Amino acid sequence: MSKNLLEVKNLEKYFEVSGGLFSRNKSTVKAVDGISFDIPFGSSLGLVGQSGCGKTTTARALSLLDPKTGGNINFYNDETSNMQSIDELEGEELKKFRRNIQMIFQDPYESLNPRWNIKDIILEPLNIHNIGNLKDREEAVYEILKTVGLTPPENYMPRYPHELSGGQRQRVSIARTLIMKPKFVVCDEPTSMLDVSIRISIMDLMLNLAKDLEVSYLYITHDLAVARYMCDRIAVMFNGKIVEIAETEELLSNPIHPYTKRLISSIPIPDPSYKRERYELDFSELDNIIANNSDELPMAEVKSGHFVATHDVKGLL
Amino acid sequence: MNILEVKDLNMSYKTIDGNVDAVKDVSFTVKQGESFGLVGESGCGKTSVAMSLLQLQADNGKITSGEIIFDGQNIVNLSEAELREVRWSGISIVFQGAMNSWNPVVKIGEQIREAMREHYPNKTKDENTKKILELFEIVGLEDSIIDRYPHELSGGMKQRAVIALALSCDPKLIIADEPTTALDVVIQDQILNEIRKVQDVLGLSLIYISHDIAVIAEMTDNMAVMYAGRIVERGPTKEIFANPKHSYTKSLLESTPSVVGDKVKLQSLDGEPPSLISKEKGCTFAPRCPYKDISCNPELDMQLKEVGPNHYVDACNAEKV
Repeated sequence: MSKNLLEVKNLEKYFEVSGGLFSRNKSTVKAVDGISFDIPFGSSLGLVGQSGCGKTTTARALSLLDPKTGGNINFYNDETSNMQSIDELEGEELKKFRRNIQMIFQDPYESLNPRWNIKDIILEPLNIHNIGNLKDREEAVYEILKTVGLTPPENYMPRYPHELSGGQRQRVSIARTLIMKPKFVVCDEPTSMLDVSIRISIMDLMLNLAKDLEVSYLYITHDLAVARYMCDRIAVMFNGKIVEIAETEELLSNPIHPYTKRLISSIPIPDPSYKRERYELDFSELDNIIANNSDELPMAEVKSGHFVATHDVKGLL
Repeated sequence: MNILEVKDLNMSYKTIDGNVDAVKDVSFTVKQGESFGLVGESGCGKTSVAMSLLQLQADNGKITSGEIIFDGQNIVNLSEAELREVRWSGISIVFQGAMNSWNPVVKIGEQIREAMREHYPNKTKDENTKKILELFEIVGLEDSIIDRYPHELSGGMKQRAVIALALSCDPKLIIADEPTTALDVVIQDQILNEIRKVQDVLGLSLIYISHDIAVIAEMTDNMAVMYAGRIVERGPTKEIFANPKHSYTKSLLESTPSVVGDKVKLQSLDGEPPSLISKEKGCTFAPRCPYKDISCNPELDMQLKEVGPNHYVDACNAEKV
């Protein structure tokens, strides 16, 4: 078993919402409700589920964009060679940790500053973290543009985002992310806005970079076919909880949780002679399976590395 | 019998940068009860074809030549008043993102009744309500939705209501333009199922537009692949998937991941689609074509030729693949 880069234990992110303008009643939205997973070095985990299930909230909590409200995130500290809880980090240490965790966002049209040219966009993280002198930084930008396939780099550096296509912008996002040499990158649907013929080249680029630079991904997507292409393991999320987690091919060929079955059987197959059989699922029943509210839902290991959230494994098998 | 015949349709938009030829020499037919798919990347002209069929394109867009024969009548040169007869009661359309086009301050039922009043001024409110409830039953909505406001419905329910609206004036042909693009996979699956059911129950013809080749595979009998305003390959869906003849079709198929079958290495297609602003003659796929060589005639436009029963492919590319 390889070493873990990241261990997430019972991560919680609750939001307080008020009942209305004049109401004092407050209720809590449990956007992420006690999820746990490990990410070993150099591996990628796919997080799939329908919109509103808490995928992006998980991503934002992991990359420290929003503070979590409960649970633990432990990160491998290469100085002490131990796992360290991020709650203990302060000042310089926290800044260093932030360098190691980066995020790629869904929309390449909205996540790049339209008034900055490509060079400045990619330089920004280096400036913020004060890495190297100006000459080093410019060289790093040049190199990273080559790495992400925007060549020759000198043609791209003075350009502005509106001059680039969607695929090229997403390459800029990836360059900006990787210039910090992160260990861990959270990708929030990075290819869902791109056309099919361009999507694959971005996915291949990310896979190659993962191998060359030893980056681990948390890859968020609603598309299981994309997750299959990108990820070693897949976690299925529903209503803020992980309901099933397993190696990619194991999960697709042997799904156990009813929601996973429904999700997999909903995916259109690019083959007109394939007859897809839909797994019928009553969503109110699903709530019962998952809810059983108050008490923690245990993760039962049905096979090595294949976990399902249930009180009653035999009932599902 | 053909419900729709499109012959050499050309449509272009006038812009300050020049004319954008969004639809070039597009021809296809849709039989009664058939479901026809249009697939291609964004900007390839799929939606422009749909808009031309109903002549709902933006004001700067104009059909420059070609015929659209719907139910035996060429509708290209009809007056606005005559077109209103065809729209909705002949051909209706489920627009892309239509679920967000509901008027937020009018109840769903009233908005559907409004369309019905336009086309059937003699029917009573009760008759219209009865019809709406029948349609709700087909698309899987509860009766109570009729008195709800759009914000009270989920995305999937709003999209079902849009389909009911499109069916409200008994059209013969429905155009569905990316009807599931903004929806989750599970909801998408339900909507696709409803559309199939509607088609079966009412015997409708369907034009299904999507960028997702997997959805086209499941939904259509015949299909056309569009690239830069042109159809590059057209034929029976099963035949095209089993036997793609155009290198662009091939690369679309090879770049689509699947959850079944062996995990395969996907192939990407280098380059970007060309700008549609009018330019000199020539094959628009050439810059990305893996078979481009000296035998390519730079002057020659794409020409479709028949390579099998009802299977048409861009001639130049077909010979080389």
